[in-house]
Amino acid sequence: MKKRILFLLLLLSIFTIVGYFCKDNALVTDFAHKNMPPCLDYPFGTDWLGRNLFFRTLRGISISILIGTISASISTIIAIFLGTISAFGNKNIDATITWLIDFIIGLPHILLLIVLSIVMGRDIKGAILGIALTHWTSLARLIRGELLQLKASTYIQVAEKLGKSKLYLFQNHMIPHVLPQCIIGWILLFPHTILHESSITFLGFGLKSNQPAIGTLLSESMQYLVTGRWWFAVFPGCMLVFIVLLFYYLGKCLQTYYEQKLGE
Amino acid sequence: MLLEMEHITITAGQRNILKDFFLTIEEKEFVALVGASGSGKSILAHSIIGIIPENVICSGTIKYKGFILTEEKKATLLGNEIVLIPQNTSYLDPLMKVGIQVAKGKKDKKSLEKVKNLFKKYHMEESVVYKYPFMLSGGMTRRVFISSALMETPKLVIADEPTPGLHKKMAQQVVSHFREMADMGAGVLMITHDLDLAISTADKIVVLYNGEIMEVAKAINFQSQDTLYHYYTKELWKSMPKNGFYHSPIQQTSIEGCPFAHYCQKAKKECTINKIPYFVKGESIVKCLFIGGEKQCY
Amino acid sequence: MIKYILKNGIRMVLLIIAISIAAFFLMTISPIDPLQTNIGQTALGIMSQEQIEQLQNYWGTNKNVVERYLEWIKDFISGNMGISLLYRQPVYDVIVQRLLNSIWILLASWLLSGILGVTFGIIAGIKEGSILDSIIKDIAILFSSTPIFWFALIVLMIFAVWLKWFPIGFSVPIGVMVENVSLFDKIHHAILPTFVLSVAGMPNIILHTRERMISVLKSDYILFAKALGKTKKQIVWQHGLRNVVLPAITLQFASISEIFSGSILAEQVFSYPGLGQIAVTAGLGGDMPLLLAVVVICACFVCGGNFLADIIYHIIDPRIQLKGKEI
Repeated sequence: MKKRILFLLLLLSIFTIVGYFCKDNALVTDFAHKNMPPCLDYPFGTDWLGRNLFFRTLRGISISILIGTISASISTIIAIFLGTISAFGNKNIDATITWLIDFIIGLPHILLLIVLSIVMGRDIKGAILGIALTHWTSLARLIRGELLQLKASTYIQVAEKLGKSKLYLFQNHMIPHVLPQCIIGWILLFPHTILHESSITFLGFGLKSNQPAIGTLLSESMQYLVTGRWWFAVFPGCMLVFIVLLFYYLGKCLQTYYEQKLGE
Repeated sequence: MLLEMEHITITAGQRNILKDFFLTIEEKEFVALVGASGSGKSILAHSIIGIIPENVICSGTIKYKGFILTEEKKATLLGNEIVLIPQNTSYLDPLMKVGIQVAKGKKDKKSLEKVKNLFKKYHMEESVVYKYPFMLSGGMTRRVFISSALMETPKLVIADEPTPGLHKKMAQQVVSHFREMADMGAGVLMITHDLDLAISTADKIVVLYNGEIMEVAKAINFQSQDTLYHYYTKELWKSMPKNGFYHSPIQQTSIEGCPFAHYCQKAKKECTINKIPYFVKGESIVKCLFIGGEKQCY
Repeated sequence: MIKYILKNGIRMVLLIIAISIAAFFLMTISPIDPLQTNIGQTALGIMSQEQIEQLQNYWGTNKNVVERYLEWIKDFISGNMGISLLYRQPVYDVIVQRLLNSIWILLASWLLSGILGVTFGIIAGIKEGSILDSIIKDIAILFSSTPIFWFALIVLMIFAVWLKWFPIGFSVPIGVMVENVSLFDKIHHAILPTFVLSVAGMPNIILHTRERMISVLKSDYILFAKALGKTKKQIVWQHGLRNVVLPAITLQFASISEIFSGSILAEQVFSYPGLGQIAVTAGLGGDMPLLLAVVVICACFVCGGNFLADIIYHIIDPRIQLKGKEI
């Protein structure tokens, strides 16, 4: 299991780094080779400006991973913060946070992202913040539940009776227990953040069209679908699904690994 | 012989839950299996019925009326001749009416009438038939289980910890119903950690410690310490009037020898080294080196 | 029970109001000013004086935000939702027309994904560990990792562009008068979007139902059912379905928002003139009155669904229904 986790991590870092170095190649136009179907020189084909779709896709993937990382991280921090104060605060705080969660799930996700993106001025910053602000709910609930359970557990109560300070309990009993869950939750957020980023970018609310994000590539491919240029859409999409699956399996592997550790 | 079990070993992964277990039950006999929680009692009850989880492996022979209890046999016997009385409400479907569960899912008038009569016999109102499990009290739940066992004429009743959560009087009442079933001709195996209760109603008592049988003795032998032979049984007996339980930590090491040796005051070196055979002393079977007597083959 | 419905109903209404307040304020602080945008300027040209005044009441800078919100919500509730800057029609008309286009697609895919998702989930759960189970599970995971708009693109490419079985977009044939559009045409145009939405809605339901079935089959009451000599088939029919399907119905009502989310993306790909598509058009074009109305309508559906989920959960689960009553 450990080997599998490391392998997945390695694979994902390679994609991120390679994608970063495709930055310039992704923008090179070559009118001599435009609209080329996939071949040996251009494994994913070229677009209507002769740009190499292989480089553009790799670059898009790395942008997706980057945005996914930032927004998933912010979301996790929000979740940890709200989950914790919800578990330890008074009734009013708890009720407020429950209400906030109801509020966020009261609108279709994409619509909420559209509204937030408009407020932030429809750019990459808006996309990141919008995704970060909408994905913390289930993880916050999980953390709250775990902490409440811990709080009620006998060993914490015994330790409290023995005069251990709240801070001590938190550092020595709560954090070691909840932290792994937060990390797993963080990784399992990636599939969602990446999918949602590409979705709102596709709709035109996320990244600008000059950035070769996967959403932009697919949005551009829409105009050429009728002409039968299938490779505009197929390869970037497949790569996106592949990356999302990698993150999903990474999360699941971590989960199994952690459960096995607990079992011992 | 109604039920014969020999060389039963139950393992879950690396862990031995039950080691070299044996048991016989005759018709009209009420056997109590006594042991601390975690000594593998429940899993034994489940293994007779054949409802143990997949990762748990049970080896050995189980014979019912002289024939090996195969899957096909079980399919015809379970629910009529062999019945299980489970522990608590979690064994009832939370979304199904109690009466229909007792009637095994049948909703026809005849079956429900039978259920109602049984409920009446055990002092429950007819309306209980249409209640959901969460509405039952602990005592009522047990009586519902007993009714479900008596829908047919059972030959072998296996009761898995039927009393926890009940106060003394109610527990005694529940156990008295098992006695009735035994008197009516069934063999009864009751699994419990309440030695007091076992002594007052059972014919034979099997004492389990750390997954191994320490002593098998008639209930009468438990009237006095002198008729008990294993030191663990003695300790168990001594702790009884205090209404508690002998709290000896359960060992997870699978050493050869007596699992109680660590806590036994009389233990000598041999107790921890070699496999200890079962000795027959009077009508008791004891796993202890200090018992001079006939060696048993188990 | 009535008290519970009332309590939750009030909570739902408050939530919708809160969402409308939040959406209104967010849009007022947005850098995009509806009256200053291009379309806003052209739209003003064709409006009556009364309509322009109304617009300025909502979006003008001469009043404070609270007053403006109150004006807007008052008008909104009375059915006067303002004028769409993009479509130059009353927002109410646009919304009703688009909602009528969308509602059948939404309803059909909501039902289909629910029924098929639960069925596949149950099959996989019963056969846990078998080849069939891993096929169903893996496909569900694959689809839950697939962006719905890309799936829609691929479906469009295969069935509309290559095979030409279905039209490429829109809800009716282009160039045909409204009164000449047959029901067949409408259905023909709606099949691909419905298919995409149904398939995209299934994975989560399948995976959730599967987990639930597995845990039910491992529960104590299933052990007891086995001890009673019931066959596997009897156990699944008598206990499994009851304990899996009832919660699934609840969940289905609580997941209306997912189908709405999906429809925004799918309608965009199929150029299907529904509620989801105008959300995008209004958002991109800075048509604030229209977008606000879409937000409030969607909030009503989603919050209403969550509310119904709570109520249904109460009705079907005897443990809650009778709490504190007969014990």
